[in-house]
Parts: sequence; C-alpha cells; structure tokens
Amino acid sequence: MAGLDELIEETGAHDCVECGKCTSVCPVARINPKFAPRLIVLRVLEGVSDSLSKDKDIWSCITCEMCNDMCPYEVNYSGFILGLRTRAIKAGNLPDCSQSGAVHTYQRLMTSGVKQNRLKWVTPEMKIKERGDVFYFTGCAVHLGALFSDKAGELKNTPANYVRILNAAGIEPVVSNDEVCCGHDLLWAGDEDSMLKLMDKNVEVIRKSGAKTVVFSCPECLRTFEIDYQDFLGDFDFELVHMSEFLLDLIDKGKLSFDSNGGKITYHDSCRLGRHLGIYDPPRDLISALGMELIEMQNNKEKAGCCGVNAFANCGEVSQKLQLDRLLEATATGADEMLTFCPKCVIHFNCLLKSPKLPVPHEKVKILVREFGNVLAEHLQKKGDR
Amino acid sequence: MTEQYEPRIIAFCCNWCSYAAADLAGTSRLQYPPNIRIIKVMCTGRIDPVFVLQAFKHGADGVLVAGCHPRGCFYVHGNEKTAYRMEFLQDIMPMIGLEPKRLRLEWIAGSEPDKFARICREMVEDLKKLGPSPVRGGIF
Repeated sequence: MAGLDELIEETGAHDCVECGKCTSVCPVARINPKFAPRLIVLRVLEGVSDSLSKDKDIWSCITCEMCNDMCPYEVNYSGFILGLRTRAIKAGNLPDCSQSGAVHTYQRLMTSGVKQNRLKWVTPEMKIKERGDVFYFTGCAVHLGALFSDKAGELKNTPANYVRILNAAGIEPVVSNDEVCCGHDLLWAGDEDSMLKLMDKNVEVIRKSGAKTVVFSCPECLRTFEIDYQDFLGDFDFELVHMSEFLLDLIDKGKLSFDSNGGKITYHDSCRLGRHLGIYDPPRDLISALGMELIEMQNNKEKAGCCGVNAFANCGEVSQKLQLDRLLEATATGADEMLTFCPKCVIHFNCLLKSPKLPVPHEKVKILVREFGNVLAEHLQKKGDR
Repeated sequence: MTEQYEPRIIAFCCNWCSYAAADLAGTSRLQYPPNIRIIKVMCTGRIDPVFVLQAFKHGADGVLVAGCHPRGCFYVHGNEKTAYRMEFLQDIMPMIGLEPKRLRLEWIAGSEPDKFARICREMVEDLKKLGPSPVRGGIF
C-alpha cells in the first residue's frame, strides 16, 4: 500500500485551504460539533503522529460526500477517509461495527470460495440464464433481509421482484449462484484485502457469463464496480448500468409498462446513487412512469439527507438524529411511502421507525420506507393486460 | 498418513443450566466424544449471532448453542432471544454455503447430563457424515 503522501496527493488533500465549507454542510458535524472533515485532513497533513492509530473520527464519517460536493477546491474527502481507514486498521484502529460486525463476518466468509446456495429465491416461473448479454447483479438484499427480518424482511423479495420485472419486458437476465458480495462494506470498514478477493471472484463470474451489460439495483454495488473496481482493474469491457436507467430505457421502447392507481410517493436519494454516481433523474422518471405523484422532500438530490450509517461501521446517536431528521422531512411531504434503491437505507430508516426508542411519537413519522423494486413489482402490468 | 477427520465443535453453554449439565456429565462419568470445546456464557442471550459466524470463520465444523429450557431462563427472556437469533442464522447459513445442520440449538437443564452427552454424540456423528466445514482452516 502506498504511503500517506501518495494518498494526500491522489485525493487533492493538499489543496484544502481550511475554508470550512465542508464542515458547514457535514451532517455529522451538525450534530457532533467536535467533528469536522477539514480537521481530519489537517491532523494528517500536520503529521500528528498517532492520528492514524487513535483517531476515531475517521470512523464517525458517514462518507455521504456532502463535503466533496461543496468543496471549492475539489478535495476528495471521502476518498481520503477511505484511504485512511485501510491504513488505520493496519495500525490497530478498528471501527466499532454495528451488529458486532455480523455483516462483515458473513461477507468475509464469502472470500473463502465456499459453494453458496444463493439462489433459493428463484422460482420455476422465473426465466434466468447461465450465459447471456444482460447480467443482473443481485447484491446482498436477500442476506440482509434475513439478517434484519424484523426490520426490513421485505428485502428478501427484492431480487425476485427485479427478475419478474425484467422477465415481463422479455429479458432473461443472467443471475449467478457464484456471485459474491461486492465488498463495499468491507472496503469502507478498512478491509481492502478481503474486498480485492471478492472483486476477483465477481469479475471472473461476469466474464464467464459473457455479459455485455451488468445491471445493478443496489447503489453500493454499482459504486463499488464503477469506481473502486475500475480503480484497481482499469476500465471494464462490459457496461455497468443502474436498474433505474435500464428500466426507463425499456419503458421508452414500449417493452414495459406499469399501472398504479396514483398515490403519493417521495424519493430518497441514497448517497451512493446520488452524490457518488450522479444518478438523480432516472428514479424520478420511473416514479412518473408508475403514474404516481412524486413529492420532493425539502432537501433533495445533491442536498439529500442521509440514513446515518456507513457500511455498518458506525451507528449511534448521530445516526439516529440524522435518520429522524430525514423521516420527519419525508412525513412533511404528506406522501405515503418513501422509496429508495439502497437496501441499507431501507434497513437503517426502518431500524429507527420500528424501534421502541423512537424519540418522537410514532404518529409524527407516518411513512413507510420501502425498496424501489418491491413497489415497482406491485404495479407491474403483465403482457396480457396491455 | 492422512489425519482422520474429527469434527471440531464449539459449544456455547449457559452458566445456569447447560454448563451445569456438562459439569454433571463429567462428574457422573458419562461418556461423550472429546470433540466439543465448551465456552461458558452467563446466558444464551449473551450469544451474539456474530459469535456463531466467527466460530465458523475460524474453522469450526459445528456450533452448539445450549441453554435453559423455554420459560426456565435464569434471566427470564434470554433464551427466547437466542431462539429468534438462531432462526435467522439458520436462514442465512445456506446462502453463504454452510449447511444449517452445523448449527444446533438445544435446551439442556442442569439435571439432564445424559441429554448433554447424547447431543454431543449425535452432533459428532452428524458432522462426521456431513464432512469438514467448507471453511476449515479458517479465514484470518
């Protein structure tokens, strides 16, 4: 691994002029005044000797990239934090993972090359292939749905629902039993080595399938492929597309249609899909295609609030306050449901919503937080109906 | 000469019932295979799902979770919570390639040393049939 100097160079941390704009937008700093993105950079630039092995602030960051968006000198703060984290765990500075790291542990188990039984959710009427042009990378939704069955059990159905939608448009996607976790959570918890092992497996599986297009429903998987994998491996010869863009294209071609009885919906931009990848409009267009009314929250697109947890590497008072802020905002729109593509956002918001420790009365946050695909599938129009 | 496969089983036993049963099994000179490594916890409610996953990650072939009978928990509800947690672990294990049989939840009261010995024997037999864990040797 390259030294700190190289990291400072790569992320442009030298350009930081300490203007404090990052701190002014940082959601963590708003709640915990001792935290500031700029100070983390400053401590490293000044070479505070034990900052890497002791600084817990690098784990408090929720890597939402509000700071990157705001920085006039385009310092890549999240990239800097990511670099620090991989170096910090080597220096013995570990994150206090939520769920005691259960998520990371099962993901590390996947690095061993164990034969999985991943496709339990595939039913006989679903059409999937072993080789083909379109590869659907399902991600961890089913695993997370099992692990958080009391909070977001619906996630277990997410990949099945997307396959049904794709089938309805006449597409038989490749879905692989040998696919493993993309490594997003491990990477952001500082475990780059495990992520690299997972990366090699995934790329091999996709190459073997002969796919020209890989479709992702999970924003974190897409970010990891698009940015992190390509950083290590160079540009892929297959195309990476988000599900929202892929489905919109199918709707434009007249292959897919949805039907709903109206309804009010608000959309939550997850940080990975929004600020990290810049995909803002396709999900909104999908809601219009659904025939539902989209009501924007006060803070949307680049300024969207956060679910408060990053890669299960931090969860606490700050996360809870951020979740509550966002849920109150969503309730204020008057919508019935808040949709998002990120399964983690669904888990974290529902974790607070269904918690007995919810700091406000339950009537004040009357909103359902659901994964996009599960709602899409409910309103899918079958070919015969058209 | 190749070493014969002997399953390695981690047993989490609660202090009040199952550990006492294991103790009594020993003092009563009941025979059970030496494949079991016992970890005493105050209550099965202390067993975080990650303990089980970590045991597998470090190469265990099986995990036994043993606690007080339902409604007999020394801490009232600890074992109910465990029952729920083991359920979703059983759900997630096959997905990541671990046979659900490798994890076993049993209620063993302090007065049931024979049950403890029987379950140990059964589990070793089952795991011998199942073969070594796919992550044997562990991932570190």
